[in-house]
Amino acid sequence: MTRLGRLALIGCLSRLWVCLMDQPLLAETAVSAQQGSTAAPWWIWPLILLVVTFVMGIAAVLGGVGGGVLFVPIISGFFPFHLDFVRGAGLLVALAGAIAAGPGLLKMNLASLRLAIPVALIASTFAIVGAMIGLALPTNVVQIALGATILGICVLMLIAKKSELPDVPQADRLSSALRIYGVYQEATTGQIIDWKIHRTPQGLLLFVAIGIMAGMFGLGAGWANVPALNLLMGAPLKISVATSKFLLSITDTSAAWIYLNKGCVIPMMVVPSLIGIMLGSFVGVRLLRVTKPGIVRWIVIGMLGFAGIRALMKGLGI
Amino acid sequence: MADSTDKSLQATPEQLLYASILEKGMFLGLIILLLTYAVYALGIATPYIPLNDIPKCWSMDVHQYLQTCKIEEGWAWLSMVRYGDFMNFIGIAMLAGVTIICFLAIVPILWRQNDKLYACLSVVEAIILAVAASGILGAGGH
Repeated sequence: MTRLGRLALIGCLSRLWVCLMDQPLLAETAVSAQQGSTAAPWWIWPLILLVVTFVMGIAAVLGGVGGGVLFVPIISGFFPFHLDFVRGAGLLVALAGAIAAGPGLLKMNLASLRLAIPVALIASTFAIVGAMIGLALPTNVVQIALGATILGICVLMLIAKKSELPDVPQADRLSSALRIYGVYQEATTGQIIDWKIHRTPQGLLLFVAIGIMAGMFGLGAGWANVPALNLLMGAPLKISVATSKFLLSITDTSAAWIYLNKGCVIPMMVVPSLIGIMLGSFVGVRLLRVTKPGIVRWIVIGMLGFAGIRALMKGLGI
Repeated sequence: MADSTDKSLQATPEQLLYASILEKGMFLGLIILLLTYAVYALGIATPYIPLNDIPKCWSMDVHQYLQTCKIEEGWAWLSMVRYGDFMNFIGIAMLAGVTIICFLAIVPILWRQNDKLYACLSVVEAIILAVAASGILGAGGH
């Protein structure tokens, strides 16, 4: 694809996004929906949701983030759905994406079950705690905290560096006892890489906070999993990304059950979102080869920043 | 040396079993979800909440929604699966439940390999997920 083509593609995506997020249009329809007005037929919202999540799925792949982290702030900020249902749907969106990717990553031995099990135990337990806290707190408090978290994620995306192969001089005692290490072959160079991890107790402690946030806000926690596994615990980037994706299938399962049992799942919202995100991800993977991820990453950061401010304002009643 | 490297490049048997069950559960759950959604959205099965009333429900908080629509929490949806909307919960529950089966399935392999610590961790993880799924962990309302 030529440079002009790439720019046109990004321009179209941005334009489509701006059109869909056009405040007065969505705001008016949202108000009528909240008042129970029958002006718009019921199928309009699932249809808009399908289109928006499709664009979101493309942006998520190109921007290197999970679908859930875009879904919750944007859908709760600009759609008439209550945050309770958005968080329930967000968790199921992230869960479906993780379950779809998990088997392939495990078979390729890029996701490490040995690394994931102790981490998942901590993260899934605290995701339950987070979900219970999130459902017990007043909506505006959760909305403010969500806005602050999303803005924090923007900062993290801007400043966090990634390390392809972190230097781990010696495995710590806990990871040695748990035999968390492995070997994988780097497909691009054919190099066989032995990996091990360190700072396991600190890493596990960090997953307490990650689990709480995942459950509380209904966000997939890939944005936090990868830096924790890669930068703190020293797992190679590929192992971190793959294990993080697989990990979401466990963490989000525990929180999703809490939301499901509390009645926070409306199928009319969940299924179009799942289909949209998954179709968008398929298209995104194909576009990845011809698009400059750097530019899209900036668009994603912009979208998240916008949604974070919107969530903060909504929570503060501005 | 080369042999041992080749061997460790492969995923372990428990990892492959986990992946295989997760894959099957994912496909089954997604197919059921898509089919039941088609039945629901096309009006083939009568929904519990009429389609035209859905926009009134999703703007309420969950407590208000459950009260207004007279829906009970937890596994009460099982008694309502004849309705088009609640039919969708079968696929959703499958997607959310397959991980529990994956963890239980790898326990015998880990135990046979004398990896008792990971066998125990897997059982504990399955219990945690099962407790979350059971609905016994009641959260406070708004």
